Parts: sequence; C-alpha cells; structure tokens
Amino acid sequence: MSRNLIIGTALTLVFIALAAVSFIWTPADIENLDIPNKLQTPNGANLLGTDHFGRDILSMIMMGARTSIAVALVAVGIGMAIGIPLGLLAAARHGSLLDELIMRGNDLVFAFPSLVIAILITAVFGASAVNAIIAIGIFNIPVFARLTRGAALPIWERDFILAARVCGKSAARISIEHILPNITNLMIVQGTIQFSLGILAEAALSYIGLGAQPPTASWGRMLADAQTLVSIAPHTALIPGFAILLMVLGLNLMGDGLRDWLDPRIRVVRT
Amino acid sequence: MHHIKTLAASTAIVLCASAALAQDSITVAIQLEPPNLDPTGGAAQAIDSVLYANVFEGLTRFDADGAIIRGLAQSWDISDDGLVYTFNLAAGVTFHDGTTMDAEDVKFSLDRARAEDSTNAQKGLFAGITDVTVVDPLTVQVTLDQPNGSFLFNMAWGDAVIVAPESIENIASNPIGTGPFTFTDWVQGDRLELTRNDAYWGAAPALANATFRFISDPTAAFAAVMAEDVDAFVGFPAPENLPQFEADPRFQVLVGNTEGETILSINNQMPPFDNVLVRAAVASAIDRQAIINGAMFGLGTPIGTHFAPHNPDYVDLLSNSPHNPDVARALLAVAGFPDGFTTTLKLPPPSYARRGGEIIASQLRDIGIETEITNLEWAQWIEEVFTNKDFGLSIVSHTEPMDIGIYANPDYYFQYDNPDFQALMETLNATTDPAERSALLAQAQTILSQDYVNGYLFELAVATVAKADIQGLWVNQPTAAVDLTGVSWSN
Repeated sequence: MSRNLIIGTALTLVFIALAAVSFIWTPADIENLDIPNKLQTPNGANLLGTDHFGRDILSMIMMGARTSIAVALVAVGIGMAIGIPLGLLAAARHGSLLDELIMRGNDLVFAFPSLVIAILITAVFGASAVNAIIAIGIFNIPVFARLTRGAALPIWERDFILAARVCGKSAARISIEHILPNITNLMIVQGTIQFSLGILAEAALSYIGLGAQPPTASWGRMLADAQTLVSIAPHTALIPGFAILLMVLGLNLMGDGLRDWLDPRIRVVRT
Repeated sequence: MHHIKTLAASTAIVLCASAALAQDSITVAIQLEPPNLDPTGGAAQAIDSVLYANVFEGLTRFDADGAIIRGLAQSWDISDDGLVYTFNLAAGVTFHDGTTMDAEDVKFSLDRARAEDSTNAQKGLFAGITDVTVVDPLTVQVTLDQPNGSFLFNMAWGDAVIVAPESIENIASNPIGTGPFTFTDWVQGDRLELTRNDAYWGAAPALANATFRFISDPTAAFAAVMAEDVDAFVGFPAPENLPQFEADPRFQVLVGNTEGETILSINNQMPPFDNVLVRAAVASAIDRQAIINGAMFGLGTPIGTHFAPHNPDYVDLLSNSPHNPDVARALLAVAGFPDGFTTTLKLPPPSYARRGGEIIASQLRDIGIETEITNLEWAQWIEEVFTNKDFGLSIVSHTEPMDIGIYANPDYYFQYDNPDFQALMETLNATTDPAERSALLAQAQTILSQDYVNGYLFELAVATVAKADIQGLWVNQPTAAVDLTGVSWSN
C-alpha cells in the first residue's frame, strides 16, 4: 500500500467518523442559538470557537460532514446505479443504434458544465438538499456510463467471453457475471474521485444558497455565512474551508492510492 | 513592456491630478438597482433612492429629519374647512428638457396619479382629491372630499412628484424632472449618472456630477468601500463590518433611523394563524434583542407595534409581547396545538431577513413550531409572498413612512381584516386636529399590538459609510432618498 493511500484513507475515515459520531453525540446542540456567545475564538468550551449565532463550530463541522457525505454518497450512487447499466448495455450492443443513442445522450449531458446543470435544476425545482443530490447525481451518470462502456468493450473481445457466449449465456448475463466483476476496481477508483467532486459540488451549491437549507448544517453555507466576517473572525471561514480542503484532499489521495493498488497493470510493473 | 509601464505611470499621474481637482463629483453606492426610473409608476424604493430630491421634486418634500418643508410650492393656504389647499408655486422653474413648470403640470401630475388607470404605487395618497384647478400659471387649487391632516405629508412622497406631459412617455428610461440634477446615463446593471442642472431654480448644489452604483452583495460592498471605489455607501448591507470602518480614519460611519418597521409577517388568513392565540404565541416566542444582536450586530430599536419609535406619536407596547417561551407554549396548547405545527418561512435577500429568519426559526422551534425556510430573490418574493400570498411567515422591513394604513387594507399581503381598525383609519384620515390624531394613532397601534397581527421585531437602522471629508449626507432615512443637494467635500 502506498503512502498516498494510507494518508488519504486516514483523512477520509476521520471525517466519516465525525459524521457517524454526530448521529449520537455532538459537543453542542446547533439548533439552539446562543447569540451572546457569538464569534468566540477556539477555547476550552468550544474547541473550534463559535459562529455568528453562537453555535459551536466543531458541532457544525460534524453535522456538515454528515450532510456532505450523505449528499455525495447518494449522488454517486445515482450516477453508478444509472450510469453503469447504461454503459454495460451500450458495450453489449456495441455499434447498434441503441449504443449511439445512449452515448450521444451522455454527450449531451456532458456538454453542459456540471455546476451549471446543478444550478439549473435547483433553480427550477427549488433549493434543497434533495434537489442538490439529484443535480449532482445527474452529472455523475455520463461519467460512469462512458467509463463502463470504455472498460467493457475490450473485455468483450476476450476469449473467456467468447467461451461464455458459446455456452449460450445471454448478453445480459455475460455483462453481469463476467464484465461487471472485471471493471469493479475501476468503478471504485472512479467512485472515490466522483465522491470528492460531489463534496465540492455540494459545498459550491450551498455556498450560493442552492444546497441544503438552514437549519441543516453545510460546509458551503458556513463559508458563505462567514464571508463578511473574515476580517473580524477569520476562524469562522478558515475552519469550514479547511474541512472541505482536507476531505477532498483525502478522497483524492485515496482514489490515487486505490488506483495504484487495484490496477493490475501498474501492480505488475511495480513488482 | 517599457511602454506599458510609462503609460501606466502617466495614467496614474493624470488620475491623481484629476482626483485632486475634481472634488465636485461623487460616487454613491446603494444596494438595489431601480427596475425603472418612474417614481410615479413603480413601487421600488430604489427609484426614490436615486431620483427623489435629486431629479424630481414635489409640491412639498421631506427634509433630512423627516419634517415637511416647501418644495415646488413656496407657500400654501388652507381653507377654514380644511378642504381647499391653494398652492403658490415657485416662479421660473423649468423641467430639464427646457419646458416650463407651471400649474398645468401640477394638475396633470395629480390627475394622472389619481386616475382610474393610474399605475401609481401609492394611489391612496391621492384618494381624497376631488378636484385640481389651475387658478393662474403659478397658483393651483386642490379640493379634498374631507379634511385630511396628512395631505401636505402625502404630497411630499416620491410617488407625488411633479412630472410634465411633454416628457411623460419615456419617463421610465429618461426621467425629466425639475430637480437640481439632470439624469444623464444609466448603464443597466452597473451605474447611473447625474449631472448638475445649471438652470436649477433653487440654490445650486455643490456637486457637479454624481454616479450611483448598485452593490447588493455584502462582501462586494465591503471591498468596494475599502478600496475606495465608491465615496459613500448609503444603506451599507453588512453591519458586522461597521466597527472596522469606524476605526479607519479614512471613513466616517453614520448610523440613523429609518421608517423601516421590520416585522415577522404572518399570513392572517392561513390556518392556524387565523387564530389570535397562535399569533400571540408566536409574538411571545420572539426574543427581539437576540435578533437585533444576531442579525444586525446590535443595530436597531425593538418595536412592539407597526410604528417608528422616533415618531412623537409612538406608543411603547413592547410589554404586550415580552419574550417568554413558557407563555408561548401555554398559548399554543390553549389554541389546540400542544405539539406545535409546521409552517413556511419565506425570506427575501437582505441579511436582516436571512439571518433573522434562522434566529426566529430557532426561537419558534423552541416552542414547537417547525419552519421550512425558503430563501427567495426579491422578484420571487414579490410574486410568491406579496402578490400570491402563498406563505405562512416571512420577514420584511416596511420602509414607507407612516404606513400604519396598510392594515386597513384586507387584501394587503398579510391579510389583516378588522372592520374596527378600518373604521379607525377612516376617522384618522378625516381628522386634522394634532392632539386628536395622536390619540387615534395611539389607539391604532394598540389594536395592532393586541391583535398580534404580525411579529413586530425592530426598527431598521440605516448605516452610511462615507469618506471622512464628505459632508451633508442624510443620517436618517425619513423616506427612501439619497438627497445630494446639500452634499459637498470639505477640502
């Protein structure tokens, strides 16, 4: 295992642990505002200080981690659940009209910058965490569809697939029983990368007010709220900023490390 | 590269030189851009902010303290029965297009504003007028259907300015008034420019040019003032940044009061808010000081009714709805909601609403009322909340002066329908005796407070940040206006 993988996994696990702990315990209740106690710098009672409403920032970060992870996880899930079957189908029907339709449809979604689609969707259907998930999920679909098709096509040429076809297995069974297991590693690596992009997208949408609505905590909205306070209480902006940075960095390092670790070709070269 | 440096250096020198000489121009920022430039046709405050007293003038006008002083009318006589106002107009007044301002223009403006098909946003100001007669070019007689103690006040509003039939067609894009500044250019989304009117009938203003810029984002506003891109910011949107400007010798900070009653609007026709006990519970759940400290960083005066605290007729009714969550929970239980309920809280963009909304949501959650917060842009807010009345709760500042009369209109967006209050307002409008008016206003304020029509939060303060050597800016905002007539640089 590479150092990247270890550092990345450790960082990611820290945030997942924070989010998990927030379900049963946070240092303070963030729904009760304590305005006289606002904008405290980190101290014994509030380890990371308080925000402009006197809420404990550590608790906000923990609840925000939960929002970020939930949004990104479901969004990547949507992308995988729709994108991978579409990609398998396109690969199985390679060269057919269906293949063309699927891939050109994906191109169409890809043609729009992802965040612009997300803004469009949340602007039309209203700003909420659910719509943010759908928006981020939709632009994950073509990523997985393309990758799946690209990875599946060379496998279809392999001899063991030919053997399976000779045995009379249908294209659907071959896709699920033989193609899918062979591209799983790739999907995990891509999933990690898309997960980090999902976290960024959620933060960006919340920053411009189109993501999770108050009182749901969100790192992006913490940043937006802190924007005019940067000069008087810099910690209110630095802490959520670093949270986003570390989480995304962790996921990217983990994705890199996983690729090195799981990709058989690279592994052969190394050993 | 060398050329570019030389060019940059020489440009800098030219800029410095012109800055040293040109102390007769000013760049003023306000938050919102006017949607059009017709104060007699649009409701948006931003129209008045830019044009009131600068480009357009009325018969009377507000001064910096909110007192009614002479405008285009230099004097007036009121008949003994209080029904006929005879205005003597200033002589030698011309519109910016060169046409003369006379009694015919006054008749045209008032008749247009009170006409059936008028789009004036404050038609109520003109409702009592039965006739406008031109006596001679400089004298005009206005007849009312009943005495109206606030008629001269009504005529001072931005919606009652005098316009000319010759230029009315394009007023929304090319406003032609009689004021000390002429409109020169409007680059939509960026700036609006005014130039001194050398043919002005009154005292000439010190400034030769004025540029208005529109910056609603608090961070951009802070950056623009700090970088001295603007000379003054009237209605600075981020109260948390004011201490920094106060500590900076380059700037002065003026904090004044406005006519903005900031309220938690309650949809009085939507169950369960049609129950006065529920509204009383909401009122008791609100901790005003926490909202002022949390949303406005301490700027603002708590109010207990829909009236400005700096008005001599204000009655302090805060004791009617002190902050007490236990009382609020008890009231909810009596009203039949021991476990509370869920409603909507729709918030327009200003920070008093967005931040105040989060605080109020937390205070209401404390007594069992869950709120779904929706953040709206102004256009959406006007459509969803103000026009379609599709809301449970909202937060907005009502910045019109002396606007308690809105409660007499059952169709107004919070839909308060109380015949007693409506009758009281009619009596008030027909009363001219100041003592009687005070008594009636006190009664009106008390009714609103006891009916818990809305959650009364605080009187909005206005902060103006300006360069230290600018003088003459209004501190208070008796009406939405950035009056530049008395503004000058001290050096």
